[in-house]
Amino acid sequence: MPTRILIPTPLRVYTGKQDVVEAEGGTVGELLANMTDTYTDLRKHLYTDDGRLRSFVAIYVNDDDIRFLDKEATPVKEGDTISIIPSVAGGRAS
Amino acid sequence: MTVAAAAPALSNAEVARYSRHLIMPEVGMEGQLKLKAASVLCIGAGGLGSPVAMYLAAAGVGRLGIVDFDVVDYSNLQRQVIHGTPDVGRPKLDSARDSLHAINPEVHVETHEVALSSGNALDVLGGYDVIVDGTDNFPTRYLVNDACVLLGKPNAYGSIFRFEGQASVFAAKDGPCYRCLYPEPPPPGLVPSCAEGGVLGILPGVVGTIQATEAVKLIMGVGEPLVGRFLVYDALRMRFRELKLRRDPDCPVCGDNPSVTELIDYEQFCGVTPAAPAAESSAGADDDATVEQLKARIDSRDGVFILDVREPQEYQICAIPGSTLIPLGDLPSRLHELEGRGEMIVHCKSGARSAKAVKLLRDAGFAHAKNLRGGILRWIDAVDPSLPKY
Repeated sequence: MPTRILIPTPLRVYTGKQDVVEAEGGTVGELLANMTDTYTDLRKHLYTDDGRLRSFVAIYVNDDDIRFLDKEATPVKEGDTISIIPSVAGGRAS
Repeated sequence: MTVAAAAPALSNAEVARYSRHLIMPEVGMEGQLKLKAASVLCIGAGGLGSPVAMYLAAAGVGRLGIVDFDVVDYSNLQRQVIHGTPDVGRPKLDSARDSLHAINPEVHVETHEVALSSGNALDVLGGYDVIVDGTDNFPTRYLVNDACVLLGKPNAYGSIFRFEGQASVFAAKDGPCYRCLYPEPPPPGLVPSCAEGGVLGILPGVVGTIQATEAVKLIMGVGEPLVGRFLVYDALRMRFRELKLRRDPDCPVCGDNPSVTELIDYEQFCGVTPAAPAAESSAGADDDATVEQLKARIDSRDGVFILDVREPQEYQICAIPGSTLIPLGDLPSRLHELEGRGEMIVHCKSGARSAKAVKLLRDAGFAHAKNLRGGILRWIDAVDPSLPKY
């Protein structure tokens, strides 16, 4: 049963403009790995070169930040929704 | 506080002005006097700062500070409603002060024409009860966050991009701060700004009025503040979502054993050095083409290939004659369309995206790709002023 992952506006350019994608996996880490296998350009926006999740991208399972759950080992069950919440800066270019 | 003791503090004119507040039990005379005694600092008089300052002035916040050092530009008017068309070219602070006085002359407006820095932030922010962060860049946002934590001042935060907004209240007592959510900023270039990505003009109106609402609630001590909650707004789907935020005990600023106990160098923290943007846009400067060279080559009809890596919406606004559009994001998958091309001159709006495109092209074996220095904006300035700038 695939899980829905909500893609924020700044990252939709890497998912073929889709705002929701689906991926399989029993944990958040597995889901994100499967998602970035499909949408390879997303990988560098979510992970550092040494494979850690970037600290300016928060990952939520439903309304909880995975850093306060089991991080990437956080289990995902049927019906859960994953959200990627990146930091954004409005206004003019710096 | 008794109403009888407090009543003389509002004039009859003020009672008339605030009557729709005064008749609500949640505000009443007590709440209105709290607003009058309160001070709020708006950081930025732009898209978010406009509705924040206008509504707080109208609501009767006694002292309103604004930090900005920019000048009103035509491209601001689509969303920065505190400024009008006749204000183009004026300092935003002057324009904002005039608007706020027109709305409510009772409010004392204080303008701070400074770029906030580690050297002045504690002094500037320290004079206010509530801070409203309407900044547009990461170094200032982390600076404001850390200063609020160090000073113990609540920060009504908002941020916008295209059709999406975020809002929360940070650095409230026992609440999380911005760093609990995002310990580190993104490296420069990885997150697009509104100047690159655009923003729906009404979006800062929605997010800014949420920030103003939270500021007023914090001052009056009513309701449930947006503390420990992160509000995400999607204007296209017209949907609000609420995510839980927690104070991180390991947070470097507001955690149990903070490592940041004074303000740091935020430009360095965010990886922006003053020279970096220039270096990026003029990467390989010796090899760049100038707009004058390009004009001469077009006039001589030597068949030079001009590649425009902007987005289709930008191409519709203005384009260099004879150019071919392949947006930067599509370039990797469309390289085959360029096979057999010899020299090509690559441009975008001002040179940053085309510098990335040139690097990508050269890495893919197109050795004769050159970046057009200054992009189409320079072209309009120097070659064809009849084209619209955006």
